[in-house]
Amino acid sequence: MEFNFQFDWQAAIASLPFLLKGLPYTLLISFAGLAIGFVVGILCGLMRISPTRWLRYPAIVYIEVFRGTPVLVQVLFIFYGLPSLLGGPINALTAGIAAIALNAGAYISEIVRGGVQSIERGQREAGLSLGLSGGQTFRYIVWPQALKRMIPALGNQGIVSIKDTSLFSVIGVGELVRQGQVYIAQTFTALEVYFMIALLYLVITLSLSMALSLLERKGLVG
Amino acid sequence: MNDKVKRNRPTDETADTTPIVRMERVNKHFGELHVMRDIDLSVAPGEVVVIIGASGSGKSTLIRCVNGLEPFQSGRIEVDGNTLSPNGASGKSLQAVRTEVGMVFQQFNLFPHLSIRDNVTLAPRKVRGWTRQQADDTARRLLERVGIIDQADKFPGQLSGGQQQRVALARALAMEPRLMLFDEPTSALDPEMIGEVLDAMRELANDGMTMMIVTHEMGFAREVADRVVFVHNGQIVEQGPPAALFDTPQHDRTQAFLSRVLKH
Ligand SMILES: Nc1ncnc2c1ncn2[C@@H]1O[C@H](COP(=O)(O)OP(=O)(O)O)[C@@H](O)[C@H]1O
Ligand SMILES: [Mg+2]
Repeated sequence: MEFNFQFDWQAAIASLPFLLKGLPYTLLISFAGLAIGFVVGILCGLMRISPTRWLRYPAIVYIEVFRGTPVLVQVLFIFYGLPSLLGGPINALTAGIAAIALNAGAYISEIVRGGVQSIERGQREAGLSLGLSGGQTFRYIVWPQALKRMIPALGNQGIVSIKDTSLFSVIGVGELVRQGQVYIAQTFTALEVYFMIALLYLVITLSLSMALSLLERKGLVG
Repeated sequence: MNDKVKRNRPTDETADTTPIVRMERVNKHFGELHVMRDIDLSVAPGEVVVIIGASGSGKSTLIRCVNGLEPFQSGRIEVDGNTLSPNGASGKSLQAVRTEVGMVFQQFNLFPHLSIRDNVTLAPRKVRGWTRQQADDTARRLLERVGIIDQADKFPGQLSGGQQQRVALARALAMEPRLMLFDEPTSALDPEMIGEVLDAMRELANDGMTMMIVTHEMGFAREVADRVVFVHNGQIVEQGPPAALFDTPQHDRTQAFLSRVLKH
């Protein structure tokens, strides 16, 4: 048996300039989405552990809905479904960022909840006993310790969300995968192009992993 | 008894007789469990009250009510003029109480992410609004007093249990409290470290601090307490000066408890 094709490095390198045009979109959707998702996650994670029912219940509903449905369906719903409710089109980039923010936000809520609940009760009691308010106790004592414990899980979620952006080629955002598809349609170099795309994702996710483990090791957080 | 004369607390003529702590008919339940039954207890300024009793009798719950860490269902607690009402006091008076009352826990509860110095200075800066300079000066003085000044830049995890508990004492004192609560401060310590913590507490008592102490250290209680309170099943069964309570307990329960702990 004989393979009548081989990996064409030149074609792979040649695709790079075109693919790299998609990189800013991938990065923008990932990091804007995750940044908003982090804020959403902190908010809903704290609502989730609130003793007040009308804060806790909406958070539970949100978390369950967005963890229990595929992110692809979420972005399709936002991009194709919501406009008929809002009465106007939604920009694909905005839809992508919103989908990542809401999806990652749900997972981060649970990470925040776990992190905060893992801090021993005595820490909070010691803070309160010193006359710190509940808010101060959280800000200066509970949160820094919780955040440190949350880093590995947050890193995981970051990687998952970055990879999720690849699905958004379906709504026409010109991110990495979309650029690749356009390029392949003209050059028929699927093997090389998808290889390069995979490599680019790997570079992004490995950078994130390394940055976070550095952060963790140097104790820059907490 | 001689050592008590040395204490620089108000003499009888000038003494402010208004109690710092006044608990009136305080009741608390954990679900079905009635953990505090009609507790009446007052503590005068400068007084050292030691609370003893079997495990599970409600000692921790009692002193945790004094700074509002535990809510209670009925009765009244007044601390230094601030009233804690049943079922969660209003936020303002709760925080006012906690600002004036320091607490030392069995498990130290130091903040592991902060240096020893920052453990001590955090509350004075954030609650009292002291400058860092002011707070650092106070921290240095207090850490010196409890004998850990050379460890100020370390983190709690790097200290022995006895050292950590002395830092916890310094941390509470930095707020210049009017009252100090101790919940079994030496129970989590290796035996060889108990003495150093008791010494620091003894010194504090000699300086006239008002203290409520839950402890199983009966020798310490006899020496330092002005009054010993015996708690059983959420009730104050008997109280009095240490000599009277330890040597001639009136109640069967007290006798039974003391004979158990003093034999060992
Ligand atoms: N948070 C809680 N929930 C339910 N029961 C509790 C709680 N804290 C303490 N208790 C119960 O209340 C009783 C008194 O506890 P505690 O005040 O800790 O006793 P002590 O300090 O004298 O050992 C015990 O029976 C204990 O199990
Ligand atoms: Mg106890």
